[in-house]
Amino acid sequence: MVKDHIILPVSKPTEGSMGKTGLWRTFRPVINYDKCVKCLLCWFYCPDIAIKIRDDGYPEIDYCYCKGCGICWHECKVKAISFVREGEEVG
Amino acid sequence: MVSIRDMPKEELLLPGHAACPGCGAMIALRYALKALGKRTIMCVPACCTSVIQGLYPHTSIAVPVLNIAFAAAASTASGISAGLKARNVEDVTVLAWAGDGGTYDIGIQALSGAAERGDDIIYACYDNNAYGNTGIQRSGATPYGAWTTTTPTGKKEHRKPLELIMLEHNIPYVATACSAFPDDLYMKFKKARKIKGPRFILILSPCPIAWRFPSWSTVEIGKLAVKSGAWVLWEYHNGKLEFTGWSKLIAEGKLKKIPVIEYLKHQGRFKPILKDEKAINEIERRINDYWKFMKALKEALK
Ligand SMILES: Cc1ncc(C[n+]2csc(CCOP(=O)(O)OP(=O)(O)O)c2C)c(N)n1
Ligand code: SF4
Ligand code: SF4
Ligand SMILES: [Mg+2]
Repeated sequence: MVKDHIILPVSKPTEGSMGKTGLWRTFRPVINYDKCVKCLLCWFYCPDIAIKIRDDGYPEIDYCYCKGCGICWHECKVKAISFVREGEEVG
Repeated sequence: MVSIRDMPKEELLLPGHAACPGCGAMIALRYALKALGKRTIMCVPACCTSVIQGLYPHTSIAVPVLNIAFAAAASTASGISAGLKARNVEDVTVLAWAGDGGTYDIGIQALSGAAERGDDIIYACYDNNAYGNTGIQRSGATPYGAWTTTTPTGKKEHRKPLELIMLEHNIPYVATACSAFPDDLYMKFKKARKIKGPRFILILSPCPIAWRFPSWSTVEIGKLAVKSGAWVLWEYHNGKLEFTGWSKLIAEGKLKKIPVIEYLKHQGRFKPILKDEKAINEIERRINDYWKFMKALKEALK
């Protein structure tokens, strides 16, 4: 039989196409909401789209996908984010 | 300039992609897609991005993407653009998205052809200064003095000024951008989207892996590149050249350029030349020459 069409593999857009990339993390950013001024610089720079903006305007880290690069921690101008080793408490 | 608050919140790059932590190229892609919107078709040749997308049957990029051969980013984009034209589709942007290896070296022939033919495409090159995906080999974009696996004692040649080669093609829009300034990058893609014909945007994308710096420094390193004048933000449109962002401030004397060593010293890749005064002077000389040329060009195009 002659094929009159070509079959192409097509991928569908999906969150977590590489799984829960939060598992890669060795350090964890933690937001201190007493210090956060809602400037959203952390949201702005995150290469992993792992910071969501809550209805009240505060950023919230999605630990399912945050790889722990530390950019949010490093760029936060009011030092509202700490960066702690996974498994340890915020000191 | 657009403020963070006014930035569109819709994300067309989805979380859970495969980039290394702190990848500058993904900050760039996130904002390029915010600017271009859903009605975009991408062509991505072999490069980090083609891996970052994720594994079949899933992808992290929420617009249609064609994965194509290394040399074919621009020619595929040209073909898609011709196809859309034949179908009278006018509101779709065709974006070729390629690395520096796939642009400066391997894709330049197809890119030059598309520019010469006046094809209606945006070609964006995210420049991480090396063949990142295959483990950091030198490319035509690797700067003088930088270590790569194929330049173990530091590269002996300067990078190729690809943005100027594209400008010489006489196309309607050419710009440089940097991952550390997503707002500037966003505005440039937004502007490019409205223009017809070949458009070229070259994005300096700091890469923690190839440049040897900690993953949290990506934005800082990009800022230092611009502050030291090693990377210059500009835009060419309607036959006129404008500096943008911090480069504009530097050009107008409102921001003082910092010594390039401040940019180099945070990156392990410059270890081979960090204590070599002659090499550092050579890098400064090249930066000053580039600035002199760009300022003269801006004047000439006035
Ligand atoms: C014709 C061909 N040669 C070599 C390769 C192997 N290869 C895949 S990606 C890549 C590096 C791409 O470098 P660049 O374009 O700078 O993108 P980056 O990986 O840095 O994002 C190479 C050499 C290939 N896929 N096809
Ligand atoms: S550590 Fe990196 S990946 Fe995680 S939320 Fe901060 S910027 Fe995003
Ligand atoms: S090698 Fe560099 S450019 Fe490639 S995914 Fe990793 S950080 Fe990004
Ligand atoms: Mg590259």
